[in-house]
Order: sequence, then structure tokens, then C-alpha cells
Amino acid sequence: MRDVSLDIQPGELVALLGPSGSGKTTLLRVIAGLNSPDRGRVLFDGENATNLPVQDRHVGMVFQNYALFKHMTVADNIGYGLRVRPRRTRPSRAAIKARVTELLQFVQLDGLGGRYPAQLSGGQRQRVALARALAIEPRVLLLDEPFGALDARVRKDLRRWLRDIHKQTGLTTVFVTHDQDEAMELADRVVVLNEGRIEQIGTPEELYDRPASPFVISFVGEAVALPVTIADGHVTFGGRELHIDTHGLRSGPARVFFRPADIAVAAEGSGDLEGRVESLRRTPAGVRATIAIDGYDQTLEIDSPLERSASLGGRVPLSLAKARIFPADENGDYVNAGDGI
Amino acid sequence: MTSPSLVGKNARRFTAPSVIPGFGLTFGYTLIYLGVIVLFPLATLIWQSSGLGLSGLYAIASEPRVAASLRTTFFISFAAAVVDLFFGLIVAWVLTRYDFPGRRLLDAFVDLPFALPTAVAGISLAALYSPNGWFGAPLADYDIKIAFTRWGILVALIFIGLPFVVRTVQPIISELEVELEEASATLGAGRLQTVIRVMLPPLAPALLTGFALAFARAIGEYGSVIFIAGNIAYVSEIAPLLIVVKLEQYDVPGATGIATIMLAISFAALLLINLVQAWSRRRFGHV
Repeated sequence: MRDVSLDIQPGELVALLGPSGSGKTTLLRVIAGLNSPDRGRVLFDGENATNLPVQDRHVGMVFQNYALFKHMTVADNIGYGLRVRPRRTRPSRAAIKARVTELLQFVQLDGLGGRYPAQLSGGQRQRVALARALAIEPRVLLLDEPFGALDARVRKDLRRWLRDIHKQTGLTTVFVTHDQDEAMELADRVVVLNEGRIEQIGTPEELYDRPASPFVISFVGEAVALPVTIADGHVTFGGRELHIDTHGLRSGPARVFFRPADIAVAAEGSGDLEGRVESLRRTPAGVRATIAIDGYDQTLEIDSPLERSASLGGRVPLSLAKARIFPADENGDYVNAGDGI
Repeated sequence: MTSPSLVGKNARRFTAPSVIPGFGLTFGYTLIYLGVIVLFPLATLIWQSSGLGLSGLYAIASEPRVAASLRTTFFISFAAAVVDLFFGLIVAWVLTRYDFPGRRLLDAFVDLPFALPTAVAGISLAALYSPNGWFGAPLADYDIKIAFTRWGILVALIFIGLPFVVRTVQPIISELEVELEEASATLGAGRLQTVIRVMLPPLAPALLTGFALAFARAIGEYGSVIFIAGNIAYVSEIAPLLIVVKLEQYDVPGATGIATIMLAISFAALLLINLVQAWSRRRFGHV
């Protein structure tokens, strides 16, 4: 990981989003104290925790495969963090029992305290793992791919449920995910990671509307990338000019990114791009056309109202409603974002 | 309702239907194997000694030399199995959990006591621990004698029993997820607590199996022990040796008598271990 600087506000729900190998789990483990950074510091409430051993960090960690103690009952699993405390700070047996009962209720597993993890479903195990982490009243809650191993329906339920839990406990929560929908739906702020670097930190709105790098725009939602050239304040793609604001951008090669939803069939004689209609399908509202844009190697699906529809194989003008342009820097990387349209 | 004929057919079935056929064949083989190779010789042994009667067996067992050898055999075997339990666990842990140069080679060494003719082990151990051997000489300076004493027997039995513990525990350790330790640590548990509360319980059934195997092997061990034990009657004479001695004196009833007593004690001991194991599986077995 390189140059990672992240400030998480108390009570925030933050997602670490990135493809596998982007370093998101490593970052989470550094926060937990399970990995130690070669350089840099980890601060909890402004207090240096870099050299604090895991045991003393008071982080609630939920592992991807839950890591439940299989030889203990659900209740013993949840009470574990309290039972292992040194005698001075350990609650009484009765207090531990009461806390376990309360947590079982909180995660909606009342009455299952006597079961063993092997006798639970995936979603239930996940909730036991969460209750176990909450039992120690952690300073932060860390979740590593919390829904990774669950099927789609349980995932959806648990997502909503996790959001509720966060609201009720007010705990600062960081979770790792590779699923952008999950990150966008759950988190207050999303940290997009790629190859050990933070690409962007922002609210879901910011990531959708003002992606800071080509990586972010293609990772968060679908995007089309067109190789363009900036010269004398004009952006050209395959000889056509695109009406994109180039104010303050360096001339040379650049990439224009736009979402498939931001392109539409334009009126005859106007439009930024041109394409050929590959197929047409009727939809309730109009026509869905598969269009091959000149100079772009994949096809796009565009919904357009009936009256604008073109004939199969015919050429149609297309206009961009929204796009972002990333000029190349001296290394040929497309980094610093322009505003685009 | 299913048709009566189907119910009848299923009810007569001895086992659940399986995709792999051949239950009859394999079950028959199992019975014949156990019968001819294991139970028949044991039955012969009991039949041979049955002429003695219970009072005869008791007379043999209470013969001071026999009683001493039985004590030597069982106590030292037990002690050796206990030592193997600890060292075997450590060796298995190191070989599975850590990656270091030469790990595979070291792993292969563990099996040597299996492969070595036990007499070879006995001779080399005797040479090492004898008062002028590499280990024996420095120890002799401190007045510690290993070879030709009961300690020698212990050393030999530890040597031959170790692989049993290592090999039974190893696969279970490799199945233990590292995340379990990490989870325990994030919940505030110290290292010792993590080991005792999280790591050891899932290993308990396998450890007991390894212990039982090492113990059983030690009871029956002959080759390596007789070279290092010195075989002093009443002190370092093991029961299997006494059987041989009796046979050489054509005292067949005496020999089979000792054998039957050993069989009974071994069986009782292993049954006990199995019961403990069954309990531990129930207790910790939800793995």
C-alpha cells in the first residue's frame, strides 16, 4: 500500500471498495492491528495506536468466513470477549449472561444461544460473528467482505439490517467490499482503492457524479471510454469535434468517459458522435437500439423514443448529455480529471 | 403412503443405499479380515491360557517378577505417551503452521521411527545413552544414567511413539483457520488464552487418538526396548520380554498367561481412552 491517508469521522459508515488485490483488506487489517504498516501511523481519536497490540485496540472485527469458534455454543462465542478479560475488568457470570441474551435479541437470534455454529445458516453465523464483535463494545467495527459468502437474497436482507444496526449503535464502522452496489447502498462515504492506492474518497453521489479518475468511473458503474485528442481547446474523436469544456486542460491525448445512460439519439444533423444501428428491439416506452459507435470497439444499448428511431443498419447521430475527460499526463496516465460536460 | 412392498424392501435393507456398490463384498471382507487376522489369534491366546483359569491368571499376575514387569510396561508406556503428546503437538504445530527452509525434510524425518527396524533404534539409542556414549558420557558426569535403566525404556518408547501423535494431529492443525486466532486476539484474549480456549479444544479428539496409538504401540514394543533397558528383573524388565523368557523355558502357559493379562489391561485402557474420546468429540466435535 502506498500513500494511504484516510480520516474516518466518529459514527461514520465507510466502505473500502476495490477489486481483489487492491489492498482493501490489508488496510482493514492494519486498522485492526493484525498487519503492521512498514511506515505510517494509525490513530484512534487522535491517539497513536500504531504500536498498540491487537488485544488492546478494542476493535470489533467480523471476518469474511466469520471465524466462529466451532466448539463453543453461540452464547459462548458471543460472551468470549468478556470471559477472557482479566479478573479486574471481567463482568460477573450473571452480567455476561445478561449481555449475551441482550445481544442475541439485538441480532434477532433469541433462543439460539445453545446451538453450535455448525447448526446455523450462513446468515445466522454472520449475525453471531457481529454480536461477538459488538459484545466487547468496540471503538470501531471492522467488517471484511461481510456478505461475501452469502446468497443474493440473504445479502440484501443483511445489508438493510446492517444499516439499521449502524443507526442504532452509532458505531464507527468500516467494511470491505468488492461489490460497488453494496458500497454505494450502505456507506456514508466510499473509499475506492486500486493497486494499493486510494483513488477517491467520497459520498456515493460524489463518486457517481464527479469520479476523480478513469479507474473510479469504470469501477463504479458501467462506463464507455473513448480515446480523444485535445488540441487548441477542442476535443476531437475520429475527426469529429466533441462539445466538451477543455478549460485548463493540457493538450494532447485524453480519454472521454461517459455512462451508457448519458448518450442519446440526437436530432438529424447535430450530435457529437455517430453510430450504426446493429439491432432494434421494441420496449414499452420506445425502442432499444444496439449501436456500434464509430471508433469504439463495443456496442451500446440506447433507449430512445419511437419517433427518433432509425432503421436497422442506418446511421444515427448521438449526443452526449454528460461526460468526463481525463487528459494524459507526461507519463501517459490519464489522471487529473477535467470537468467534462 | 408408499407402497407396502417398497417399505418391506427398505426395511430389510442392512444399510442405506449408496452410489458405490459392493457393500456385501466389502463387509464380508471386513468380517473375514477381522476374524481371521485379529480375533482368531486372540481367541487362540485366550483358549491357550484358559487352562490356567482365573485363579491361575491371578497367580501369574501376582508373581513378583511378572507384576513388576507389567507395572514397568504400562507405567512407562503411559509416561512415554504423555511426553509424546506434548512434543508431538509442538512438532506438528511447527511443521504445519510455519514455513521454513527444510520443512519438508524435517517432516519426512518424523516418519523414521515408523520405518526403522526397532532393533536398529534400540541399538543406536543404547549406544548414544550408554555411559560412554555421546549423550550418556556427559550425563554420567552428573550421575544420571539413562541406558540400562527405566529411563532408557522411556527414551526408547518416546522415540517410537512420537510419529503417531504428530501424524494424527497434523491434518487437524492445518484445518484450523488462522482467523480463529486473529478473532480471539481482536476480542482481547491473550496468547495463552487463545491457545487454551480456541486452539486446543478442536485438537483434543485428534490428540487423544494420537495418545492412544502411541500408548498402544509402546505397550507392545519389544525390539528397541530390550537393547537399551538392560533387562534387570524387577527393575527394567518389560512384560513382552518376560513372555519371551518364559517361552524359552518352555513355560507356554506362563507366557500366554502374561499375554492374556496384557491383552486385558490394554483393552481396558484403550476402551477408557475411547470413551474419553467419544466424550471429547461430543464436547468439542462440532468442527
